[in-house]
Amino acid sequence: MNCNKAMKEISEYLDGELDKALQLTLETHLTYCNHCHAVYNTTKKTIELYCDGKLFALPDDVRSRLHEALRRKLQSCCSEETKK
Amino acid sequence: MAELHQATLARDESLLVNDAKAGNYAAFEELVNRYEKKIYRLGMNITGNREDAEDVLQEAFLKAFEHLPDFREDSRFYTWIVRIAVNEALMKLRKRRTSREVSMDDTDDENREVVVREFADWKPNPEQQYARGELETILQNAVNSLSPGFRTVFYLRDVEGLSTEETAEVMDLSVGAVKARLFRARLKLREELSKVFKRGSNS
Repeated sequence: MNCNKAMKEISEYLDGELDKALQLTLETHLTYCNHCHAVYNTTKKTIELYCDGKLFALPDDVRSRLHEALRRKLQSCCSEETKK
Repeated sequence: MAELHQATLARDESLLVNDAKAGNYAAFEELVNRYEKKIYRLGMNITGNREDAEDVLQEAFLKAFEHLPDFREDSRFYTWIVRIAVNEALMKLRKRRTSREVSMDDTDDENREVVVREFADWKPNPEQQYARGELETILQNAVNSLSPGFRTVFYLRDVEGLSTEETAEVMDLSVGAVKARLFRARLKLREELSKVFKRGSNS
């Protein structure tokens, strides 16, 4: 397996979707190719960084405004119902 | 065990949806409480700024409330609200189309070969080396380098953990297109982050 081919398979490998034979070939390549190993490692890390639940936390004031907007909507719906 | 938990949540969710449809506002609010954090994060990831993320959050739940009677429950409530929010977020970006920030042309990116230029490993634990706000800006800038369709696929698959099939459904794409976009999005983000996190960089 050359590096170009390895790059193409890294994404599906991360999802555990490669068939067994291809997976073994890729894993062998990763043990001796530092470049591809670094790309594999850092792609995995990229996903982990974005999955950090603490990032882009919902601020309290944004949450309050959402619930206020929903209650206003509810009230306007109720008053329309009453008019009918 | 995890599957059992999922099944319980799904049953529980469908009871809440039924109650909400019957006019029980507390049940609808419970659904909002469950997903508001995720929908805000979706808005942040796709639009790249707080004001738009707040608009996406409000519009998505207001629309869900309004159209709840039309929700036929052939998918999970969560997939439904994600779909509404994704549409809202992409609409926001379309409005900004003429501005410098956003190219809507996904097919361009789809056909372009991904060129890997950064082969260096990263300094360990970048998340511990930056303040949270600083890290958010770094991650956000990298996401902004992707066209909207790509960042949305990345967000749905890798951050939200939707399956390839669910992502395809939300985005109206084929399974193959989702996989191709995900592959390119991951490598492009990695490339952008490498510029900041690689060993030997100054920052």
